[in-house]
Amino acid sequence: MKLVVMHLTGNYAVAWAVKLSRVKVVSAYPITPQTTIVEKISEFIESGMMDAKIVRVESEHSALATVFGAASSGVRAFTATSSHGLMYMYEMVWWSAGARVPIVMAIVTRTIGAPWNIWSDHSDFMSQRDTGWLMIFAEHNQEVLDSVIQLFRITEDPRVYLPGMIALDAFILSHTTEPVDVPDQSLVDSFLPSRRQPYTFKSGDPITMGNLPSNPRDNMKMRWDVHESLVAAKKVIMEVDREWGELTGRSYGGLIECYRCSDAKYFIIGVGAWVGDMREAVDMLRSEGYEVGLIKLRFVRPFPAEELAEVVRGGKGAIVFDRSVSAGSAGPLYLDTVAHLGALNVGVPVKNVIAGIAGVDVTYNDIAGVVRSFIEEIESKGVVSNYVEWYFG
Amino acid sequence: MIVGGISIRELPRKKYLLPGNSSCPGCPEALGLRYLGMALGDRVILVVPAGCSTVIEGLAPNYSMRFPIVNVPFASADAVASGVATAKEVLGEDAVVVVWAGDGATADIGFATLSGAAERGDNIIHICVDNEAYMNTGIQRSSLTPYGAWTTTTWTGKKERKKDVPLIMLMHKVPYVATASVGYPMDFIEKLRRAASIKGFKYIHLHAPCPTGWRFDPSLTVEVAKLAVETGMWILFEAINGKVKISPSSLPYRDRSRRKPIRDYIKIQGRFRALTDKELRKLESMVDDVWDTLIKFT
Ligand SMILES: Cc1ncc(C[n+]2csc(CCOP(=O)(O)OP(=O)(O)O)c2C)c(N)n1
Ligand code: SF4
Repeated sequence: MKLVVMHLTGNYAVAWAVKLSRVKVVSAYPITPQTTIVEKISEFIESGMMDAKIVRVESEHSALATVFGAASSGVRAFTATSSHGLMYMYEMVWWSAGARVPIVMAIVTRTIGAPWNIWSDHSDFMSQRDTGWLMIFAEHNQEVLDSVIQLFRITEDPRVYLPGMIALDAFILSHTTEPVDVPDQSLVDSFLPSRRQPYTFKSGDPITMGNLPSNPRDNMKMRWDVHESLVAAKKVIMEVDREWGELTGRSYGGLIECYRCSDAKYFIIGVGAWVGDMREAVDMLRSEGYEVGLIKLRFVRPFPAEELAEVVRGGKGAIVFDRSVSAGSAGPLYLDTVAHLGALNVGVPVKNVIAGIAGVDVTYNDIAGVVRSFIEEIESKGVVSNYVEWYFG
Repeated sequence: MIVGGISIRELPRKKYLLPGNSSCPGCPEALGLRYLGMALGDRVILVVPAGCSTVIEGLAPNYSMRFPIVNVPFASADAVASGVATAKEVLGEDAVVVVWAGDGATADIGFATLSGAAERGDNIIHICVDNEAYMNTGIQRSSLTPYGAWTTTTWTGKKERKKDVPLIMLMHKVPYVATASVGYPMDFIEKLRRAASIKGFKYIHLHAPCPTGWRFDPSLTVEVAKLAVETGMWILFEAINGKVKISPSSLPYRDRSRRKPIRDYIKIQGRFRALTDKELRKLESMVDDVWDTLIKFT
């Protein structure tokens, strides 16, 4: 195995992964903090390092539309965006999933206005939960690169055939340089077969996609099938991550990754870049004698309900950190977690902490502090008083 | 019959729009789709945004056409087509990628997308099937509804003039812009074939009188379409690399005195019923204005 260590920002790690995945059509529209992804890809293409076409469209709606057109016509295609760009694409996000066209999209997570603000939170990404896309978070730039390549493989698996999006936190990953092992092209080629998709538009072959159904029940079945395929994707995700691990020595637990969970009584649950800070918080709390572990969710769609329940069952409590909110209810990660843990009879108190919205900085000290008082409260009173807490630091 | 070098006998007999499709009787979009099949046949990949043609395709799992059709959201057609064309170029496959879009999908919600694809010179043909309103959602006004016309959102007649999209596309300096009409099939077919022979962005604006929305008898579609040309309300032209040439069927009407009265065109449709004489004069002067502007480019 030949590996080259490069110093890459998260965005450049995406660009390298796209190049290694032999993507043929890229289309995107500039928005901070996504922009350097397509800038880098343009450079690859124009310097002859990458054999692909880039379509420089006039909006994000058109970016995903172009990628949808290319992907449904037989080639691997990619786009990337953030925040308002993703909001502007929303219609095409649904259409691509309904049409079962494998596409990979990178979302450099950024808060949504008003007011204008370019810093990270997960509002943009988490607002896509219902669409039918596979949704994966990355914790660091190596995982960004590895996950993009994995995502091409997963989305193009005949058991899945759905588009997938990967989240990387604005600036924290997108613009921060880390050492990244960039695998050899031949390694990626051996891992990623040539393009597979459920159907392909070509002239002379009169197929159609998307005309009105005569029976709404068929249409409902299509939606059911999107759901079922996402659930079935869990197996594929595990296989693909394992295989990647065999090839590169790096795997991420597939759907979830546990840190110091085996003897833990309390669990921190989180996604994205601040999982790194949560690891530090766990170490700190452990040194103080707290029996705490960390569950990093890699995928939020499919939601790893059983996998999560298996870890949390028998514990004394869980605390879910959300970097976005379903306003008027609670954090989306928390809502998924309590719904599934409840239904799977995991009867532990679960608290929601909404923090880091609009780019508010959250340190491992902040995290440790919140977790400490959560554990203290349960130990002393046996219940959580404020189960949805807004933490401003 | 031979028009412009194409003989009717040479046209393929294969039907690309099948009988039993879901169009209204006398539907101009159905006529246009038939001509598209005759002109370009098996080479076509059709990209269709929301509109009447979505319905004309029929209800899945049935399907009334022999084109491959990518159905797409209302505002996305040209961008999807750009993606299809780019993929086909990468794969080295022959295809004529055609956007088949209504006036709403062309001139309103899809306008930025259309302009973007034109400016980039993407290798597609955009056909605007102009029935002068949003018919699919029940006859609401569009920016291509003419002055004075009734729609379900302009009960006393539209107060604004029709947007001149062919000229706007001409200003994009694309290699091919043409207007056509469902009343002149050979002219349309010829233009389609010319467009398909040119690489880059091609725009064809197809006038499509709609009996349901314009309130005329379904047997009169072709007659209304012809009257639009004969009164000068619709001008057939073609512009290759920016050089405008009035098409033979419209050429006589360059001379205002040879045009039939616009009143004849107005009279056979219900949608202009409330038009006053003053408004008619205003409409007439708008038509003169469109001619004057176009002639400057010839
Ligand atoms: C984003 C969005 N807004 C509104 C609609 C509803 N809609 C569907 S078709 C249509 C009008 C189509 O008009 P036009 O493009 O002129 O085509 P026609 O139906 O006349 O052929 C509208 C408003 C939609 N499908 N998508
Ligand atoms: S409303 Fe007009 S354009 Fe639409 S299907 Fe009916 S006749 Fe055709």
